[in-house]
Amino acid sequence: MRIPCPHCGPRGHEEFAYHGDAAPIRPDPAAAEAERAFGEYVYLRDNPAGLHRELWYHALGCLTWLIVERDTRTHAIRGVAEARANHAQGQAAQ
Amino acid sequence: MNKAATPKQLGRLAAGGLVDRGQPLSFSFDGRSLEGYAGDTLASALVANQVRLVGRSFKYHRPRGLLSAGGEEPNALVELRGGARREPNTRATVAELFDGLEAVSQNRWPSLRFDVLAANRLLGPLFAAGFYYKTFMWPAAFWEKVYEPLIRRAAGLGRIATGPDPDTYEKAFAFCDVLVVGSGPAGLMAALSAARAGARVLLAEDDFRFGGRLLAERRPVGDRPGHVWADEVVAELKSMPNVRLLRRTCVFASYDHGVFAAVERVNDHLATPPEFEPRQRLWRIVSRRAVVAAGAIERPLLFGDNDRPGVMLAGAARAYANRYAALAGRRVVVSTDNDDAWTTAFDLAAAGATIAAVVDSRESPPVSAGAGLPWMSGAVVRALGGRSLEAVDVRTAQGGAHRIDCDLLAMSGGWTPTLHLTSHQGARPRWDERLAAFVADQLPSGMAVAGAANGERSTAEALAAGARAGMAAVEAVGLRARAADLPSVPPEPTAQRALWRMSGSAGKSFVDFQNDVTTSDIELAEREGYRSPEHMKRYTTLGMATDQGKTAGVNGLALLAERAGQPIGRIGTTTFRAPFAPVAIGALAGPHCGAEFKPVRLPAAHRWAVEQGAVLVETGAWLRAAYFPRSGEKDWLEAMTREVTTTRSAVGVCDVSTLGKIDLQGGDAAEFLERLYVNGWKTLAIGRARYGLMLREDGIVMDDGTVSRLGEQRYLVTTTTANAGSVFQHMQFCHQVLWPELDVQFVSVSDQWAQFSIAGPRARDLLRAVVDSRHDLSSEAFPYMAAADVRLADGTRARLFRISFSGEFAYELAVPAAAGERTVRWLMQAGAALGVAAYGLEALGTMRIEKGHVAGNELNGQTTAYDLGLGRMLSASKDFIGAVMARRGALTDPGRPRLVGLAPVDRAARIGAGAHFVAAGASPTAANDQGFMTSAAFSPTLGHWIGLGLLAGGPERLGEQVLAVDLLRARSTLVEVRAPVFVDPAGDRLRV
Ligand SMILES: [Zn+2]
Repeated sequence: MRIPCPHCGPRGHEEFAYHGDAAPIRPDPAAAEAERAFGEYVYLRDNPAGLHRELWYHALGCLTWLIVERDTRTHAIRGVAEARANHAQGQAAQ
Repeated sequence: MNKAATPKQLGRLAAGGLVDRGQPLSFSFDGRSLEGYAGDTLASALVANQVRLVGRSFKYHRPRGLLSAGGEEPNALVELRGGARREPNTRATVAELFDGLEAVSQNRWPSLRFDVLAANRLLGPLFAAGFYYKTFMWPAAFWEKVYEPLIRRAAGLGRIATGPDPDTYEKAFAFCDVLVVGSGPAGLMAALSAARAGARVLLAEDDFRFGGRLLAERRPVGDRPGHVWADEVVAELKSMPNVRLLRRTCVFASYDHGVFAAVERVNDHLATPPEFEPRQRLWRIVSRRAVVAAGAIERPLLFGDNDRPGVMLAGAARAYANRYAALAGRRVVVSTDNDDAWTTAFDLAAAGATIAAVVDSRESPPVSAGAGLPWMSGAVVRALGGRSLEAVDVRTAQGGAHRIDCDLLAMSGGWTPTLHLTSHQGARPRWDERLAAFVADQLPSGMAVAGAANGERSTAEALAAGARAGMAAVEAVGLRARAADLPSVPPEPTAQRALWRMSGSAGKSFVDFQNDVTTSDIELAEREGYRSPEHMKRYTTLGMATDQGKTAGVNGLALLAERAGQPIGRIGTTTFRAPFAPVAIGALAGPHCGAEFKPVRLPAAHRWAVEQGAVLVETGAWLRAAYFPRSGEKDWLEAMTREVTTTRSAVGVCDVSTLGKIDLQGGDAAEFLERLYVNGWKTLAIGRARYGLMLREDGIVMDDGTVSRLGEQRYLVTTTTANAGSVFQHMQFCHQVLWPELDVQFVSVSDQWAQFSIAGPRARDLLRAVVDSRHDLSSEAFPYMAAADVRLADGTRARLFRISFSGEFAYELAVPAAAGERTVRWLMQAGAALGVAAYGLEALGTMRIEKGHVAGNELNGQTTAYDLGLGRMLSASKDFIGAVMARRGALTDPGRPRLVGLAPVDRAARIGAGAHFVAAGASPTAANDQGFMTSAAFSPTLGHWIGLGLLAGGPERLGEQVLAVDLLRARSTLVEVRAPVFVDPAGDRLRV
């Protein structure tokens, strides 16, 4: 598998570390049901057959955390973006 | 070898072929000296020498000859070379002949001609389909004593070499616009079209000569012999700087996004590789587009005793005659269900063989054929003969029976496209009824198939398809292709009507020759309910031999479909998995063996440690000094005891450079630390260090270390050696994914700084000798947990920390890595008068256990801060990673296994890590388990063994006695539960 890193270009997947689903957002620790929310944040993951937004870390490259949109059935990669940019959008959406 | 005694090549034609008669090569087969020519394979040289019996079959030890002329060969497996280079299960059909080659047949005892175990034929029922599952079910004891030895002797492949491989292997990477797999007519045209358009082309060919099937055919291409046309194309490709040609290279696997694996047999064609050259090279090829032009594999026909030596695939018999000028038989019957095998009949006739008959299962031969050759409509139903074919029985369409004498049966059941590479990512091929073959359906992105691999069987079709695929590939990568001129080729018929099986056959009809799977095995499997191809495969072992059923797969599926009354297309195929062909483990390992298995990290002062006679130990990737034995010390325990005693009474120096070090800067650095660690950082003053504990988000301890504040916005974070990489990655995650708004930057400086612990009551005296005298090292000016940039007396810039892992009065001194070795030498020299000792990991570990400091054994991914007695560090007034989850009831249950110290009640007894705790007198069962010993050491300070452990409700049980059961060391020791700090619990020594 090759992942097109926005900084380094297409690189072999063995340069990256996988971190799973990018969807969960760290909950507010001061919220009423924080323990339940953190439980879901830490343990619950969807396992879709299809497009999946997931976190990859370019460990043997530019050290950037990336959000890779990958089809879990075909490994086709639709898009790659820096996680920090995505975060800004996510915060805005909230 | 005695050349004079070498027999003449009686099966060799006087002229023609692509062998070099000017370059005779001597070789031996089963000790018999023979001669071949440069350009031969071992198989073609055996044909030229009329050697027909080349092996014995796997289960029944039936005599076997060559079935094919290529990589699909199931029968002719031989051992090549000798000694440590002995290589079993090598296909004679792909082994390139070289002078002095020694080949030995396999799976026979005592000899190929007289095989005692051929009597296995009488044990036939024992070896029927599913025999693994049925025969050996009961009684269990019989398996070891009777069945396994019997099978081991009966069913064997070659013997591996037992010495270390004397050859080297390497790995290489290639990047290209267009990868072309195969150099037959389709592959050459694809490569040429792409290369002329300027694309970076990589052409890989499994054979030692480019040209594919063109080398084996007499049909002209562009009005010249096919191999001449191929040579011309290859010459043009070689002249282009954008083309790389790899022959002897098998592309054996296809991965996502255009990645392929290939093995290049760089020097397999020589007795030994030249100096400094590898035997084989493993390629990882990254391509933007790929054209799979891997050709097709011919299928055997299924009839009684179709495995007799002398029964050969028609295309193979033709290849031996045309390419190698070697006649596999003088009197030939051709049996076919398709047009292609007629070419074999014509070519063998032209080579001087007598065509006794062409037996075609269809009503009429191809329009252009028939002239001058005797033929009949019907099929061969049985082969006759023992170790060599003598005749065949034919049943004609009209019901007539004939026996025809012959020494070669050239058979063809049609051609199966070689589409493995198109299916390695999981795509299933589609059945094409007209072609009677599976063809690729959904292709991986960027891949095309051309030529016989796509069912385009005639040379003209293959040339055109290759050109189209090459042009499409270059256009896809943004280049402009122009239509190539296609060479003219005479028309050739390629029709087929699949026969699959002649009913009324007698004798065993082999489907999978290598695993001895017959038509009746498949029928039995189907009857017993194994009706999916995957079940049938495993029950009968069809396709599970080293040839992976290349000649067997489709025939097996056809039989299954016939039995089930379903079309083959609905039955489907088994899964295609890499590798396409056997790959030596040596090639996969490449240079990564022995000491080079993985990289080794050496601390900056490694050379010094080695000079001191340090005994080294691997810790992760690091090689570290375990202890520094002195003459007269009989073991590690004695050396460690001296090192600890010297440190605790005078001063010791230890290389702790392997700690992770992260330089953290920015306006929000303190806030970042607040969120990373359980404890607070806002009050940490410049020039001070603090112990920090880090959790995972699930509340379990991740790591610990010290953080020193070096400036207003600058901190030095240290991690444990083992977690240096993962903590850094975690910090990147926290910064980039969780809190990108924080103004922080950080970089790993683990390799930039060498660091030494200087511990013991004389530590300050020693430091005064090396640190610039301007620095006041008194406890008033530089107290416990102080940190500062300093200069050494020789001007070296350094960092000094007054921190202690040993529990002694101690410092850690960091210097740039380049100054590490000279600094430790200086410390040892300056410390000589103080009685300094270097200490290693053993002493370090002992002293931290004496002091009750937790380390990797306790930070084991299951323990919480509360378990380790560090629960009070968790700040309640801030958020940090793991804060919420660490508060969960189950993680703060007092009954959890929690940290305690342990000492044997009998002070002379020895205890070890890994022992489990049970109540005294209780049996050592999982139900009685109360925790386990995480660390243990002999304490020189106390004079007896001590340990740390996780004991259920431990801190409330001080003074109790429990049994430490060490099943691994067959030892049970009564131990006393103690507080975990054995030495200086008040910490007085630290603050001197
Ligand atoms: Zn990158």
